[in-house]
Amino acid sequence: MTEATRDIPAAAAYVEVARARPRIKLGALARVWNLLSYSPIATVGAAIILFWCVCAIFAPWVAPYPPNKIDSALLAYPYPTSQHWLGVDHLGRDIASRLIWGARTVLIVAPIAVLTAAALGTFLGLLSGYRGGAADAVIMRVGDTLLAFPKIILYLIIIAKFGASAFNIVAVIGVTNAPIIARIVRAVTLDVKNRDYVAAARMRGESPLYIMLVEILPNARGPLIVDLFLRLGYTTIAIGVLGFLGVGLPPPDPDWGGMIKETYGMLFVWPHMTIIPSIAISSLVIGCNFLATGLRESSVDG
Amino acid sequence: MADVLVFDKVSIDYRGKAGVQRILNDVSFSIPAGGSMGLVGESGCGKSTVALAAMRYLPRGMTVAEGRISVEGRDTAGLSDAELRRVRGNRVAMIYQDPMSSLNPVMTVGEQLMEVPLLHGVTDRAVAFQRAVAMLGEVRLPDAEAMMARYPHQLSGGQQQRVVIAMALMAEPALLIMDEPTTGLDVTIEAAILELVRELRSKFGAAILFISHNLGTVARICDRIGVLYAGRLVETGDIRSVFHRPAHPYTHGLLSALPRIDARGKGARLHPIEGTLAAADRARPGCAFSPRCPHMAPAECVERSVPMVPASPAADHLARCARLEAVRKASQAAWRARPPAEAEVDAPILLDVRHLTKNYELGGRFGGRAKRVVRALSDANFQARAGQTLAIVGESGCGKSTLAKTISGLIPASAGEARLGDADLAQLPVDKRPRDLRRRIQMVFQNPDSTLNPSHSVEFALARPLKVLRGMGSGEAKREVARLMEQVQLPPDLLRRMPHQLSGGQRQRVAIARALAGEPDLVVADEPVSALDVSVQAAILNLLSDLLERSHVGLIVISHDLALVRHMADWVAVMYLGRIVEYGPADAVFRPPYHPYTEALLAAAPKPDPDAGAPTVVLGGAMPSSTQAIVGCPFASRCPRKIGAICDTETPPVRRFGVHSIACHIDLPPPAAGIRSQADAAAPPP
Repeated sequence: MTEATRDIPAAAAYVEVARARPRIKLGALARVWNLLSYSPIATVGAAIILFWCVCAIFAPWVAPYPPNKIDSALLAYPYPTSQHWLGVDHLGRDIASRLIWGARTVLIVAPIAVLTAAALGTFLGLLSGYRGGAADAVIMRVGDTLLAFPKIILYLIIIAKFGASAFNIVAVIGVTNAPIIARIVRAVTLDVKNRDYVAAARMRGESPLYIMLVEILPNARGPLIVDLFLRLGYTTIAIGVLGFLGVGLPPPDPDWGGMIKETYGMLFVWPHMTIIPSIAISSLVIGCNFLATGLRESSVDG
Repeated sequence: MADVLVFDKVSIDYRGKAGVQRILNDVSFSIPAGGSMGLVGESGCGKSTVALAAMRYLPRGMTVAEGRISVEGRDTAGLSDAELRRVRGNRVAMIYQDPMSSLNPVMTVGEQLMEVPLLHGVTDRAVAFQRAVAMLGEVRLPDAEAMMARYPHQLSGGQQQRVVIAMALMAEPALLIMDEPTTGLDVTIEAAILELVRELRSKFGAAILFISHNLGTVARICDRIGVLYAGRLVETGDIRSVFHRPAHPYTHGLLSALPRIDARGKGARLHPIEGTLAAADRARPGCAFSPRCPHMAPAECVERSVPMVPASPAADHLARCARLEAVRKASQAAWRARPPAEAEVDAPILLDVRHLTKNYELGGRFGGRAKRVVRALSDANFQARAGQTLAIVGESGCGKSTLAKTISGLIPASAGEARLGDADLAQLPVDKRPRDLRRRIQMVFQNPDSTLNPSHSVEFALARPLKVLRGMGSGEAKREVARLMEQVQLPPDLLRRMPHQLSGGQRQRVAIARALAGEPDLVVADEPVSALDVSVQAAILNLLSDLLERSHVGLIVISHDLALVRHMADWVAVMYLGRIVEYGPADAVFRPPYHPYTEALLAAAPKPDPDAGAPTVVLGGAMPSSTQAIVGCPFASRCPRKIGAICDTETPPVRRFGVHSIACHIDLPPPAAGIRSQADAAAPPP
């Protein structure tokens, strides 16, 4: 087709003419604020994430007790009281304090793991989409193979082999999530590389690396950010599962998954010891999902 | 006769996030049975809303705020949903721009056509089948019975649109609404479809509401016209009175911004309409066009509302203008033609293309299917000259974009050479070209939506080529960027904007500035204005020709629009199926002797003149697939002047008339000296 669409429905035309909305001129902070006020669901998500971030950062000041302080005297009545708002666990440790300190673990390990996956996946996706041919075939087939494995078994094999440590968790989550991110970036790259502005960049002799990083990558920003928040939620679950299976971060440091694992035997005796950390994990996952949904909605509306 | 469709002072509001917006404002017109009304205007003027409103099919958030819309005397506001459905199904039919959106891809053409009578009370499938076959014959589709068994994707775009028209007519509607029905089609196909519509109109007697941005197509089939601007009807009347004596300054502007195929040659300047349509114009109490109008007087135009007033002695010719007298006087003085510039045949040759060929190979590796070769470009020969414009014309699929990409090095050539100075561009894909060679040849692309990177500001887009191609530092580049912006007549405060904050015309100006940043010797422009509105188009064309004239840059412009080419080109190459069938100076190509294909293209080009009459040549059929090996003349299968078997068996000889060459078997007479061309004989535009 040599002729592009010339006429657009009046509603669309109106949006185009009215493009000079004030928010364009605002700074990054104001833009975030604009998004949040625009999308209630994103606001809720961001509020939950922010709550846990504040807990994590100010843990020494916010937490009412040291997280590993054992007091078996409290086991007489371990339920929530005015001293221990969320009760104590089977060793008499304050649950609220352990959740607050545990947020540190999750909120450090999960983002680093996701960013590792993003870096690896973006690089492979760009290469795969831009180069095409054999490079594309090899990268995508290896990725497919990796995705075909049940993830949890991969985690277990690698951590059983190399030992449980924060570094190994980051590495294994990074590697297993990279193929999904690579696919997203590859899809955008395949679309964008045939746009005229890429042709213009080639005509002035830009290197493939410049074209990939400066011309193509910024256009993947939208879908990538949405997906990263989703991955952050999944990674929170994964870290919880690893903790539950006993291959998470080594004790006695508080870890939400570990807290569930240590107490689930007493689920019918003292249910709050298991349920409260479960709610903590769920809330963070839901927060990430909400924010991702809100971001996607706002990027669709433009 | 009763009016089939009546709009009586209709206003339509759109309630959105940004508040209430008036999309249509006080629109009144009516179409009698058998009549045809054309609605024209730039994108965003509300013409599609009129179509939707006529069907009472407004998108969510839009409501009829004032006025009355009636179909066959019945007010559509009072109809229940069931009645409305009956009106839409039986009395009104709509044809959209993209035929594929109206056809179901998983049903055969026959099933879809038979559905119509079966839904309207015919119970016998054999009867429905017969009616469908008969209707396919009416829309001039060959071999109607075989066509019934095909799926939509097996048809060409022109054939699909014919099927849609057949489907619309099956219900015997009283009103046919056509929203840009030929916009995506090639000129020769468009001409054939328009002829069909004209024929069927007299036969079936349906009233037609024809919506288009193209004044030429409206002139060909409508007997009344309405001009919309910012949701208001600014002029309406009999098509001849409006075209010959336009009253509203906006109509004037549209007509004089339009490139004309009967222009006297290169240099006949277009008159763009200054400014752009702004959102605020819809809400203006006075005349919506006043900010762009050269005749604006605050007291009459801005402060009070402007009613429709009689614009000429002709009945029903109305215009929404407070200063008709002033406009009339000014327009008589304004018309002055520039003398046509003589093409300098002996300007230095910049790019010498010989036997350039590009074949794509499809399949054959893992697919298991036999390898096929697409001959996108075969044996092209031409020269581009410094300071001159070479136009490459042809329909979609003729290989003109392949030619542009081969020269610019984005795809490698299969054979032949393209010499720019000492370098052979055909052998040098763009990443193997030395920096200086890359600088010397740059491109302007077609689509304003994808020509600029949405993630980069205008300043970044312009500074980068300066740094890469001319080795400038940041400070120096910044100064040069300011100069470039001035050259393409953009205000410097646009520098920090992102592409989505610019209009299509502004983006295309930035793209031109980017192409000129490296101070190239040759610019290749692939359909630089085909996606823009007429008034913007004229401004961009003027800008391009001014810039090139001043700087002695050679320009290769790829286009399907012969009228535009007439205004710009010094040289023209006409392409068909990957071959150049006619090549020569523009003045020679636009006058006989023609290649039969050139003749058909010239006849098919829409002319903004209601008296132009039916085109003398209408091409049937479609371009053959370029995967078949061509024996004989590529145009033989569609040629109206085919002389016999020789056309199918032997490659046509190239006949030369000086620098003008035509590849055809017909023994064409040389151009007679002293005979004026058709173009010169035509009456000057109003």
